Amino acid sequence: MGWIVLLVLATGLVAPLAIRRLGERAAPALAVVPAGVAAWAAAGQAAIARGEIPAWRTPWIPSLDVAWAFRVDGLANLLVLLVAGIGALVVLYAAAYLRGHAQLGRFFAFLFVFMAGMLGIAAADDVLLLFVFWELTTVSSFLLIGFDAHRQASRDAARQSLIVTVAGGLALLVGLLLLVDAAGTSSLSEILRSDVVRSHPHYPFILAGIAVGAFTKSAQWPFHFWLPGAMQAPTPVSAYLHSSTMVKAGVFLLARLSPVLGGTDAWQVTLVGVGGITMLLGAVMALGQDDLKRLLAGSTISVLGLLTMLLGLGTPIAARAFAVTLLAHALYKGTLFLVAGNVDKATGTRSLERLGGLRGAMPWTAGAAAVAALSMAGGPPLFGFLAKETAYEAALEAPHASWLVGTATVLTGVCLVFAALRVGLQPFYGAARPTERTPRDPAPAMRLGPVVLAGAGVLTGLLVGPAERLLVAPAASAILQQEAPTGLALWHGFTPILALSALTLALGAGLFRARDALLSRAPALAPLARMGPARAYTAGLDGLLRFAAWQTRTLQNGSLRRYLAITLGAALVTVLAALGRTPLDRAWNALALPSEGPALVGLALAATLLVVGGALLAARAATRLVAVASLGAVGFGVALFFLVYSAPDLALTQLVIEVLTVVLLLLVLPHLPRAKDGAPRSPGAARTGLALLGGLTMAALALVASAPPLAEPISDYFSAQSVPAAHGRNVVNVILVDFRALDTLGEITVLGVAALGILALLATHRRGEPAP
Amino acid sequence: MTTLIVRTATRYLMPLLLLFSLFLLWRGHHEPGGGFVGGLVAATAFVLLAIADGTSAARRLLRIAPVRLVPVGLATSLVAGLGAFVLGRPFLTGLWPEAGIALGTPLLFDVGVYLTVVGVVLTILFALMEEGS
Repeated sequence: MGWIVLLVLATGLVAPLAIRRLGERAAPALAVVPAGVAAWAAAGQAAIARGEIPAWRTPWIPSLDVAWAFRVDGLANLLVLLVAGIGALVVLYAAAYLRGHAQLGRFFAFLFVFMAGMLGIAAADDVLLLFVFWELTTVSSFLLIGFDAHRQASRDAARQSLIVTVAGGLALLVGLLLLVDAAGTSSLSEILRSDVVRSHPHYPFILAGIAVGAFTKSAQWPFHFWLPGAMQAPTPVSAYLHSSTMVKAGVFLLARLSPVLGGTDAWQVTLVGVGGITMLLGAVMALGQDDLKRLLAGSTISVLGLLTMLLGLGTPIAARAFAVTLLAHALYKGTLFLVAGNVDKATGTRSLERLGGLRGAMPWTAGAAAVAALSMAGGPPLFGFLAKETAYEAALEAPHASWLVGTATVLTGVCLVFAALRVGLQPFYGAARPTERTPRDPAPAMRLGPVVLAGAGVLTGLLVGPAERLLVAPAASAILQQEAPTGLALWHGFTPILALSALTLALGAGLFRARDALLSRAPALAPLARMGPARAYTAGLDGLLRFAAWQTRTLQNGSLRRYLAITLGAALVTVLAALGRTPLDRAWNALALPSEGPALVGLALAATLLVVGGALLAARAATRLVAVASLGAVGFGVALFFLVYSAPDLALTQLVIEVLTVVLLLLVLPHLPRAKDGAPRSPGAARTGLALLGGLTMAALALVASAPPLAEPISDYFSAQSVPAAHGRNVVNVILVDFRALDTLGEITVLGVAALGILALLATHRRGEPAP
Repeated sequence: MTTLIVRTATRYLMPLLLLFSLFLLWRGHHEPGGGFVGGLVAATAFVLLAIADGTSAARRLLRIAPVRLVPVGLATSLVAGLGAFVLGRPFLTGLWPEAGIALGTPLLFDVGVYLTVVGVVLTILFALMEEGS
């Protein structure tokens, strides 16, 4: 499985090259990869349903016992199937949807990186590994929402989703680390087998951290507001990330961890409460929307709330309802988003007000839409019907307050029927409306996705037996960690649930008939949407920006001397605070240096003269050029010191750095504001004092640092191991490229990022824009 | 800045500096040197050429835009680390075909460091040099 994740990641790297060479024609070849993964997952499904769970494990950070480990049980495989299967369709769809887009290659790179992250979340068997993939989806989602980066709205939405989900990601990391600490392992399967977490004193914090992480990702109240904004993304992205896969990651994680975290009062209250509120809120948000995609986003929030609530209930039938709803929703909502994309492409609008009668012009799209809408509304014989029936069943048999949970679920159901009819029927039936373009069905690649997904909804509904045995039951068993209840069927006889189902449909259809009267009152709901957490987010962000602007104006007013004084002052405060707690006699001990040979003493003296002389000259320099040259002399003196005290590597590096620094300074000098050359500048008492204090502090620091160490230094170990373990006699280099290679990798990455930053600053400067 | 002396000296110094940088890179495992300082020396060589003949001449000789060297270098180091991972050992474990030969993955890692450093230094300095003109 790890190889599959890497393969998908590699496809993302290759995609821009392939697109550059072949254009959109490369898309079918790219789609082969996720299609192959889906086929692989489908082929393994039967064995997994029999309980043969494949697992892989490679050590990753053995010192922390973190592994590159994967395990594909029923729940994981369900998500893998959805991610890869819908992924393949979306790749084909997007190539046609974004035909001729200059950045198509980049789009696919982001999309495949996302896909790899999502597959990793599904199958990771190590919670820290899972977190890495989790963040991978956050970042790729940010890039995809902001794909049309020239639009301000896209950038704002991307940033909003990033801030919300990254904040949640941090909470999740805290929760996971506490979980690892409590369970004593980061292996997910071992954590699931342990039973110490619920009684651990940190349990409330573990639950809180993980719940916040999952809630932000799955757009639960009060973090739901980023999802409607994310509709700024190109429609294939909305269909893929923001309805059928990524937003499921949060509820997936809760389902995954429910065996160790679930069942407590805190779990039930949190999940049922937040899930219930989200479910109702999303349904209401969907009611008054005029924009197809925002309407779908509202109903997605609602279903995500339902999923959370079902996990909170924690009963076996709730777990089954969770699996059915997860699958059904991915199929019908994916379809409807792609339908919305087709309608948008064909007519140039997504406003329901201006759409109607498209059935004749777009028969394929209309057909898929009708089927998916029926599934969303919960009409038989589609899979969505089973989703609604099982959800009602689970809600009515809730352990506590079943009347409240049941009423909320049925109300949500009614709203969703209404939303489904509006999005699936309204644009296609009734009188045709004039649109900018002459509508017709789009390219075959854009018909394929909706038709296949809608067809899958029909197939899973009609073949409910195999669908349950192969897909639903293994997933529900994985959530419960025991055999899940079976017996899904389209027909159970006349039951109260069937009556509720019929009532829901009838009420929803009734609302739909009266939609004109209803929607004329919709603006009354608008202030509701603007209130609440979204407002807090905006206010918080504005405040942060104002604070940052104030801070920048105060600390970085454009005077380099002020920058230096502040940097030096801050450094001095921290160093002095540390020095103040060091016994002074340690520093004096350091003065007793080992005696050197006379030749070395002479060299050291020469170096001292060079350094001190250069420093004095720099301080007294009348022009900047002289100051730079003097500082160069200081640098060469320091290099000489390194040579004397047998650190040739440092000396060599120092010399080259010194050369490059002088070049750099000479290049920068002409851009500095003209100083009053000629007249000797008086630095003023405060700056002189600061400089003297800085010099003295550094001297003290050097003395203390070179005092005999308190503990055995690690350098002895490195020196001893350099040749036997790393086959290198240059310890410095061996440390850099072998012992501490990860640090080096991090450092060169930082270097690269710094170079890009400087390049960007210079580019904005050249265009005459204010620096960001 | 383009005096005849600088231009003539550059003609001889530049290849020497480049050779020296490769030498430093190669010997780094046993003697003073390594990818970082090697990369710095190589960057110095190109900066010298840029001072003597202008950045366009230096860019032409480098062929690839310096900013592109950064991801190439990073990827090289990453691949060097992944080698061990593929064989089921922890990421960044040094692999040696035969003990005592310097051609292990750490050298490849150092090549990545070398390329990254050259890319970063030249990205910054070339951009600054072109800023003035």
